[in-house]
Amino acid sequence: MFQAIDLLMIASARCNSTVKNMRLLRSFGFARTAVLAGLVALLGVMLAPSSADAQSSVRPPSGASTPGEQQAPTNLPGGAGLGGAPQYDTEMWRKVREGASGNAQQIGPGAAVLVDSSGSNWQILREGDYTKYGAYGLGGILLLLALFFLLRGRIKVDAGMSGSTITRFTDVERAGHWLLAVSFIILAVSGLNIVYGKHVLMPVMGKELFASFSIGMKWAHNYVAFAFMVGLVLTFIMWVAQNIPNRYDAIWLLRGGGMIGGGHPPAKKFNAGQKILFWLVMLSGVSLSLSGIALLWPFEFPMFAKTFAFLNQFGLNLPTELSANQEQQYATLWHGGLAIFMTIVVFAHIYIGTIGMQGAFSAMGSGEVDVNWAKEHHNIWAKEVLEKEREEITGGRVQPAE
Amino acid sequence: MARMKFLCDAERCIECNACVTACKNEHEVQWGVNRRRVVTINDGQPGERSISVACMHCSEAPCMAVCPVDCFSQTAQGVVLHDKDLCIGCGYCFYACPFGAPQYPQRSNFGTRGKMDKCTFCAGGPKDEPQKVAYQKYGTNRLAEGKLPLCAEMCSTKALLAGDGDVVSDIYRKRVVGRGFGSGAWGWGKAYSGQAG
Repeated sequence: MFQAIDLLMIASARCNSTVKNMRLLRSFGFARTAVLAGLVALLGVMLAPSSADAQSSVRPPSGASTPGEQQAPTNLPGGAGLGGAPQYDTEMWRKVREGASGNAQQIGPGAAVLVDSSGSNWQILREGDYTKYGAYGLGGILLLLALFFLLRGRIKVDAGMSGSTITRFTDVERAGHWLLAVSFIILAVSGLNIVYGKHVLMPVMGKELFASFSIGMKWAHNYVAFAFMVGLVLTFIMWVAQNIPNRYDAIWLLRGGGMIGGGHPPAKKFNAGQKILFWLVMLSGVSLSLSGIALLWPFEFPMFAKTFAFLNQFGLNLPTELSANQEQQYATLWHGGLAIFMTIVVFAHIYIGTIGMQGAFSAMGSGEVDVNWAKEHHNIWAKEVLEKEREEITGGRVQPAE
Repeated sequence: MARMKFLCDAERCIECNACVTACKNEHEVQWGVNRRRVVTINDGQPGERSISVACMHCSEAPCMAVCPVDCFSQTAQGVVLHDKDLCIGCGYCFYACPFGAPQYPQRSNFGTRGKMDKCTFCAGGPKDEPQKVAYQKYGTNRLAEGKLPLCAEMCSTKALLAGDGDVVSDIYRKRVVGRGFGSGAWGWGKAYSGQAG
C-alpha cells in the first residue's frame, strides 16, 4: 500500500514541475479553488475566457495591422492614407481568434474553425490541478485508511464468531457484485493509466513497452465498460428495494455507524453507509457510462450543453453553447474526475469489506455470514432471516414452550 | 538552425484547395484524413478571406503536453512529429490542438479512432526506419531531400509559405510593405507565442 502512495506522490511531484512550466497558469489561479469546490465547479472553470493571444512574432511594418491591434480603432489595418483593407478586417480576425466558424470543403468536427482556444484551458486543467488533486485524493484516502486501521484496528465481532452462518448474498447477487467490482477495477486501473501512466509507469517501462501496455489498457477500458454497465443494471435491480432510506438510517448516521456512543446502531439488510455507497455507485455509474459513451463515439453524443442548460435553471451560469470539441473536453474532465472520486470511495469500500472488519468479506465471498456478525451489524435483517429459517424448519407451526 | 514555420497570406489565398490535394497525393493520405484544410471566412460576402491551415508545429505544442503516451517529439528545426508505433488513438491531441490538426482514420473499436495522422511538414517520421515503412506511416520526407513542404511549394498564388520562420516572415513583411496592408501572420501568435520576435 505504501508503495502505491509513494508512486502517487511521485506522480504529483511530477505534475508540479509541469505546472511550473506552464506559462498560462497564472490566469488560472482560481481553478485550484474550483477543483476543490467540487466537480460541477470544476467544469465551470472552462467558462474562463482564453487569455488574449500574444503578438505575432513577425515584425510587421508600421503600416500593417497585427492581430493584437484591435484595441485601437483609429489604427486601421493598412494604415492611414494607404488605401488599405477596410475596417471590418480587424473585427473579422478578432472573431476568428475567438473561434468563429467559416466554410471549408473538408468535413469533420471543427473543420471550419480556424482557431479553437478551448484546448489550452483543458490542457492546463488536465496536466495541472486536475491531475495533482486527483493524486492527492487517491493518496489521501489510502493514508486515511492506513491511519484509521492503526488507530481503530480491525473491527471485531464483539460476541466472537459463533461458527454457524446465515446466507447474506445469493449466488446471483454475488455474481452481479463481482461483475461490477471486477469491471470497475479494470476500468479504474486502465483509466488511471491514461492520467498517471506517463508519470509513474512510463519511466519504469520505457516508451515502447508503455505504449503497448496502454493500447491494451485502452481496449480493456473500451470493452469492459459494457460489462460494468451490465453489472450496474443487475445490482440496481437486485438491491434497489433494500436501499430505499428508512428511519434507521438517521439513527445510524447520527451515531456515525457505531463510532459515536459505542454499540451497533440498528440496521436492516443494508445500513445507511451501504445505502450511500449504493446510490453513489448507481448515480455516478450512470453518469460515467453516459460520458464514457460520449468519449467512445466522439462527437456523436454531445450532452454537456443540454445538461448545463438544465442546471442553469437552478441558478448556475454554465455555458450552453459548446463546440463539438468543448463537449469532448468536458466529457473527459467529468468522466475522469468522477471516476477518480469513485475510486476514492471504492478504496474505502474495499477496506471495510476486507481487512477493516472481521466477518465482512465472507458476505461477498461465500455468501454466508456468521450469525453473531449479522446480529451485531444488521440486527433487524438477521432477526428476519433467523425467524424465517425457524419457520422453515418447523413448517410454520409454533412450538409451544412447555 | 532554421525554425520551420507555415505562414498563410490571407490576402492571397484564393481557396483553390490545391495545397490540400497536393498533400493528400504526395503522402498518399488515407480516406477521410485531411492533414491540411482551407477555411473561408465571410464566404461570399465583402471581406471574404481564406486561410489554409494544417499543423502549425507550435513551440510548446499542446499535443505534446497532453499525450498520455508521450508519442510526440520536436525536431531541431521545430517540426512536431509523432510516433505512430506509440500512438494509442485516444484523441487527446485533437482536444488540445488550437488548429484542429490531428486527424484519425476510423479503424478502431466501434469504428472510432485509429492512430492519429497529421502534417509532418513533409519531414517523414520521427524515427530512422526503412523508407517504405516510414512512407506508409507518415508520407515522404521532402526536407531530407532539401525540399520544402509541397503544399507551399505548389501554391499558385504563393499565399502559403513554408520554411525558415525568419525567411518566411521577411517575405511576408516585404509584401505588406509593398501593398500597404496585411492581416498579420495568421496563427503565429497562437503557435509561437513563446518566442520573442
